[in-house]
Amino acid sequence: MKRLFNKETSYRSPLGQVRNLGSSHNGTHHFIAQRLTAIALIPLIFWFVCCLTSMATATHAEAVEWINYPANTVLFSILILVLIHHAHLGLQMVVEDYIHTSVMKALIMVGMKFFMIALTVASVIAIFRTIFVFGG
Amino acid sequence: MATHKRPLSPHLGIYKPQLTSFMSILHRATGIALAVGLLPLTYWLYSISLGPEAYEQVQSIVGSPVGLILLFGWSFALFYHLCNGIRHLFWDAGMGFDIKTAYTSGYLVWIAAFALTAGAWLLAMMRGTL
Repeated sequence: MKRLFNKETSYRSPLGQVRNLGSSHNGTHHFIAQRLTAIALIPLIFWFVCCLTSMATATHAEAVEWINYPANTVLFSILILVLIHHAHLGLQMVVEDYIHTSVMKALIMVGMKFFMIALTVASVIAIFRTIFVFGG
Repeated sequence: MATHKRPLSPHLGIYKPQLTSFMSILHRATGIALAVGLLPLTYWLYSISLGPEAYEQVQSIVGSPVGLILLFGWSFALFYHLCNGIRHLFWDAGMGFDIKTAYTSGYLVWIAAFALTAGAWLLAMMRGTL
C-alpha cells in the first residue's frame, strides 16, 4: 500500500502509517487539533477577559466601536472560531467516552456537529453585520 | 453494538477520592459548562448586531443577580479549565508525571484559578464597570 504520510514528520506508528487507519480514521488529527486550539486559546482568552473587564457595562455604541476596531475584529473572530472548534473537539471526546450505543452516539455526534456549525456561522455573521450595519 | 453488560473500569466506588482524580473530572465538567456558555456568548454577540434594543435587553439579563452569579461561575470555570489545561499540555510534553509534581501542579492550578478569577473581577470593579 502506498504510504500517505511522511515517515519523518508523522506521529503515527509505522503500522498505523501502512494501514492509514485508526479506529475512526482520524484520532491523531483530533488529538493534535485539540492541543493546538488549546495553545492558541491561552493568549486569546487573556486578551478577551482583559477586554471584557472594561466592556461589562458598555453601551451599544461602545460595543460596536470595540468590535469595529480592526485588531479587535480579527482577534475576536479568531477567538470565536477557535473556541467553538475546541469546545466541539472536547464534547466529542465526552460523548465517545460516555455514550455506548452506536445509534445514540451517531445521532448526538451529528446533531452536535450541525449545532456547532450553526453557532459558528451565527457568530461570524453577527460580527460582519455589526460592522456593516452599525460600524459606519 | 454494545450488547454485553461488561463491567466498566475504573470502579469509582472502591477508590478514595483523590485530588488528581477530582481535578481530572472537574476539567471535563468545567469544559462542558464552558461549552454550554458558548450559547449565551454567541447570543450576546448576536444581540449587538441586532441593534441597541436587543443588546440592552441582553445586558440587563447579564447584569441581573442571576446573570452575575452565572458569569462568576463561568469565569471561575474558564480560569480553572485554562490553568488545568496548561497542566495537561505539560503532561502531553512528557513532563510532571511523578506523583509529587502532579500534586504540586494540582495545587498551583487551584491557586492560579482563584487568583485569576479574583483578579478579573477586581479589574472590572476598578475600571468602574460593575
